[in-house]
Amino acid sequence: MIMGSNIFDFSTVTGPFHEWLLENMSPGLTMTIEWSIIGLTLILFAAISVMALVYMERKVAAFFQLRLGPMRVGPWGLFQVVADFLKLLMKEHIMNKTADKFLFNLAPFIIVIAAFLGLGTIPYALGMHIFDINIGIFFITSVSSIGVLGILLGGWAANNKYSLIGALRSGAQVVSYELSVTLSLLAIVVFTGTLQLSEIVESQADGWWIFKGHIVAWISFIIYLIAGTAETNRGPFDLAEAESELTAGFHTEYSGIKFAMFFLAEYVNLFIIAAIGATMFLGGWMPLHIGFEGFDNVMDYIPSIFWFFGKTFFIILIIMWFKWTFPRLRIDQILILEWKYLLPINLVNLLIAALVVLNGWHF
Amino acid sequence: MSGITKYFGDIFHGVKTLLTGMKITAYYFRNARKEIITQQYPENRDTLKIPERFRGIVAMPHDENNEHACTGCQACEIACPNGSIEINWTREVDPETGKKKKTIEKHVYHHDMCTLCNLCIVACPTDAIVMEPTFEHAVYDRSLLTQVLNKPGSKLRAGVED
Repeated sequence: MIMGSNIFDFSTVTGPFHEWLLENMSPGLTMTIEWSIIGLTLILFAAISVMALVYMERKVAAFFQLRLGPMRVGPWGLFQVVADFLKLLMKEHIMNKTADKFLFNLAPFIIVIAAFLGLGTIPYALGMHIFDINIGIFFITSVSSIGVLGILLGGWAANNKYSLIGALRSGAQVVSYELSVTLSLLAIVVFTGTLQLSEIVESQADGWWIFKGHIVAWISFIIYLIAGTAETNRGPFDLAEAESELTAGFHTEYSGIKFAMFFLAEYVNLFIIAAIGATMFLGGWMPLHIGFEGFDNVMDYIPSIFWFFGKTFFIILIIMWFKWTFPRLRIDQILILEWKYLLPINLVNLLIAALVVLNGWHF
Repeated sequence: MSGITKYFGDIFHGVKTLLTGMKITAYYFRNARKEIITQQYPENRDTLKIPERFRGIVAMPHDENNEHACTGCQACEIACPNGSIEINWTREVDPETGKKKKTIEKHVYHHDMCTLCNLCIVACPTDAIVMEPTFEHAVYDRSLLTQVLNKPGSKLRAGVED
């Protein structure tokens, strides 16, 4: 009933394809083919979206600083990212003589695997959801904390003082801010009563949580944005890399494709944080519904995938706005911000959310 | 009690100042189209806009009578932190009054040593030297960077020393 008939359902494409495969071959083979297609799509999607994000980051940064940004390669510098990527692929692998070779090579894979596991659980559009498990939010928060393991391993194995300092800082930061990210998401989970992402999206058919959950949702959303920025090691919280102090932090010693993997994971994580924020607070792929049938129907004609990416890129823009406005925090300031401000506010907010839900004060 | 007020006061103050900063950058971002100051250099050589205070090279302006305003007081030479300015001067007898007067033979300027710190321009009492806003100064021989600023045959403009 909530699925408006006008929203394009992606499963009308994948469903018949799945049945056609089942008719022609064994279930095992069907499974293999489907998973390889999905994996390939995901890798392609990650590569393309990271390129788009890098280009967007450079242009947005430039405009915030009244510069032009990349302009030389291609029209408006569009192919600059491709050139950078090709350069990264062709660069030499360099490893410290004293580095722990196994861990050094393992770290980029851990971080990329964590990023891709997160990508798999996001509902991109109606019927376009790779695995829709009933513990979606729980899964994403736990998977995103694997990433810090990669950072710590990379920083440790490189046997370089800058790497180690960057890794430890990043560890302290991510461990603390994960609390805030999870607690702010929990406020919405209290509203919806489910951890499953598809159900959370469907619960927003009559209004996004940022409108329905009024003040509680607003506070959670702001805390989520701050903590999410910190969890991706970006913006004013980038002291894991802190170019001016630590050269490049935990990936100082990495070069070539391994560096590119860290780079890829960083932007994929940014995308995941923004996508989860869009799904939980801004309705994911759900079009804007205000209750008038005519208006809702018009909104439904815009494909749900555009709604999803529009909201995601809106949040990414906000996070980039943070990055190019605020000065970097010190490590003690970061921990004070988390433990003395965000966490208590978050806990009180969660309590209020429970009260609101008990009394039915939300819309 | 004051601790709690301070706690919430800190939060509101922090949020307020952060929003102020974000407002400023948002203004830049929204008006980026007309306010971008980057120039696409080799293409826009003809329409280049150089800022007023750009410091490119020290120059001595001469008027149409080939006269400059340098009295040879050496204030710029003394002010220069790394000796980029050397002044060769002589005393000439003024034919009218019979007094000996200091005049410059050569105002030698080493562009290769100059850090463009502007101290000589500030020190000059008669505004005889200025910073010129040009920047394409590459040459194939280092000796070409040592320049004589006063043009051959030039002399002091009358009335500068009064």
